Amino acid sequence: MTALLTFPKGGVHPPAAKELTASLAIEVMPVPDELEIILGQHIGAPCTPTVAAKDEVKEGQVIGEVVKGLGVPLHAPVSGIVKGLGQSAHPMRVSVPSLLLATNHEAAPASYARRDWRQFGKDELLKMVHGAGIIGIGGAGFPSHVKLNPPPDNPVDTLIINGAECEPYITADHRQMLEASAEIVEGAQIILKILGIENCWIGIENNKPDAIAAMGKAARESSGPGRITVAPLKVKYPQGSEKQLIQALTGRKVPAFALPSAVGVVVHNVGTTKAIHDAVALGKPLYEKVLTVSGRGIARPANLLVKVGTRVSDLVAYLGGVKPELAKVVMGGPMMGFAVSTLEVPVTKTTSSVLFLTEDEIDATPHSPCIRCGWCIEACPMGLEPKEVAIHVEAGRAQDTAKFGVFECFECGCCAYVCPAKRPLVQFIRLAKMKAKKLG
Amino acid sequence: MWTVVACLLPLLFVSVFIFGIQTLIITAVSVASCLLVEVASQKALGRKVTVADGSAVITGLLIAYVIPPGVPYLLPVLGAVMAIYIGKHLLGGLGYNIFNPALLARAFLLATFPVAMTSSWLPPLRGMSIFSRLGRPLDAISTATPLAVLKTQGMAAVSQQFGEVPKIYSTFFLGLRPGAIGETSGLLIVLAGLYLMCRKYITWHIPVSVLTAIALLTWIFGGPDYFGGDPLLAILSGGALLGAFFMANDYVTCPTGKIAQLIYGTGIGALTVLIRLKGGYPEGICYAILLMNPLSSVLDDWFKPRRFAPPLGGVK
Repeated sequence: MTALLTFPKGGVHPPAAKELTASLAIEVMPVPDELEIILGQHIGAPCTPTVAAKDEVKEGQVIGEVVKGLGVPLHAPVSGIVKGLGQSAHPMRVSVPSLLLATNHEAAPASYARRDWRQFGKDELLKMVHGAGIIGIGGAGFPSHVKLNPPPDNPVDTLIINGAECEPYITADHRQMLEASAEIVEGAQIILKILGIENCWIGIENNKPDAIAAMGKAARESSGPGRITVAPLKVKYPQGSEKQLIQALTGRKVPAFALPSAVGVVVHNVGTTKAIHDAVALGKPLYEKVLTVSGRGIARPANLLVKVGTRVSDLVAYLGGVKPELAKVVMGGPMMGFAVSTLEVPVTKTTSSVLFLTEDEIDATPHSPCIRCGWCIEACPMGLEPKEVAIHVEAGRAQDTAKFGVFECFECGCCAYVCPAKRPLVQFIRLAKMKAKKLG
Repeated sequence: MWTVVACLLPLLFVSVFIFGIQTLIITAVSVASCLLVEVASQKALGRKVTVADGSAVITGLLIAYVIPPGVPYLLPVLGAVMAIYIGKHLLGGLGYNIFNPALLARAFLLATFPVAMTSSWLPPLRGMSIFSRLGRPLDAISTATPLAVLKTQGMAAVSQQFGEVPKIYSTFFLGLRPGAIGETSGLLIVLAGLYLMCRKYITWHIPVSVLTAIALLTWIFGGPDYFGGDPLLAILSGGALLGAFFMANDYVTCPTGKIAQLIYGTGIGALTVLIRLKGGYPEGICYAILLMNPLSSVLDDWFKPRRFAPPLGGVK
């Protein structure tokens, strides 16, 4: 067997901890009585509500639109009554506007009929993707229709479907690749048609042999027209990072601050690809999310299909509560996610996991001064100098950190993972970005 | 930190058997004073006391390892003040010191107490009489190190006193000759160094470049004719091995980039040979490292890690 594909510089090997949920099929979680739908789910301008308090809405109905700027519409995840505007806790932005929706449990769930998407042209397909509120649900939240319509001066020749799922604990993409392989492959065919190209790679880390087999089978059985190839990848974090994945599969390096289309590549996560399939082949908007609830601090770890707007507290109640050893709740993966201070946080389109971590699973050692060991420099897949950024931030010189590449950092957390002084390097870098932007 | 301490301890045990219990006492004095000075400095400067992190223990061990084991007890105490208070905390504390604290202490002691620091060597014991020297006046048994003999009397005298080539190699490698604790057993230093490399605490770049430069330059310039020097003897004598594995790659004071580390290590090796062959002191690695220390950040500035990819249109 040939060497597995990977990116050459940096990266770490955190314990995968996926065994908690890898073999658990995706469960449909019952809809809670109330949903809290954040208006700004994507990168770009937040939605303005198109419904008012006391309005009755139907599942799949548009409830928010972007008036000006980049964005996609927002849909009602259930049928019910709008309760009004609220404020939601947010792991990063502290507090954001949201819509409160009371679920009507009596209403019949929406049904969507399969249609032949091959009859549609590129523009119609793009409109469907936009209209269904599709964004990059692997985490970034970038509106997909923009990615699918690259500027004409950047001809794209390769589509990459990202099934690496390199973050520890998370198995949501893994389960979708097993349970919805055909839909994902068809989604990839739709994207190939929109882009007008034929070549597609599906990159999957080698620790998911069942997913590689399932996706390979689905790709072989696919009726085309595109050529879809499954590429097993070496298990190394952050294999699923867009730039690292592109380098691993094509050898091309996306320039700093540029989009993948600059090197002729478009990348979509498997979850997004499935959502594009649903939007185009079924006409179903994106208002549900497969996510992994895991960690040793939750009574019953699971892979769940939940409505966007479901609160973390609802997840906890459904899964039998938290254990007394619970020490930290993280939204997203352990490497890139954010710790939250309250369980009253709603799931968004981009939530891939909620982790309930115990004392044993986190490292709460207080951090100490940098001893300049340089391990962070070795670990950084982008060739940056995290230690210098942190030292400058500590010295009150955040404005001077651009030269160390803070704006090229995508916050994968490799540096903080290897730091022997337990320094919160990613937090230092986030602070540096904020201050450097403000002052620069 | 504690792994490094564990890697340094075997040297001490061997020294006790080679030179007697005196080595243990001098080490204990050094470590204890470093710990005390660390607490006192942090209290005095209003900083958090972090004495439990083990870094003061390492400094204490290293000070004891680079001074003659027969010096008066006052010396390691003064060395601790120099290393921990002036060398470390006044320069900003852990992570901010420019110079290797233990070597700063040695340089200070060598300048202040030149006689004690160059003559209080102990000859290896015969038999297992490790307590035999307690209570005896130390200067009565002082002797000279091979490098000092080589410097003042030449290679013939070295062979006469310490054995002929190649037997001298094994004698030195095992540590059966007068010297500081840290100079005794090259075998243990190399083993400890390899262990630290296996655990990925250190990389090969600095030790290999230091030793290669020493061996190569000694081979070329160290003999009566060009290419007549003894590279192996050069590596095994003095503090070359301890310096290369435990001093030169001190995280705080060495560069972090790999290319910068190779240049830094080569510089240390070259300066060591220059001082050994042309300078006034028999051993030069201490000053070589201290001279290269302040260049670390400059070297890191010159040799930046390569970015993933430059922005379109090049770097501004």
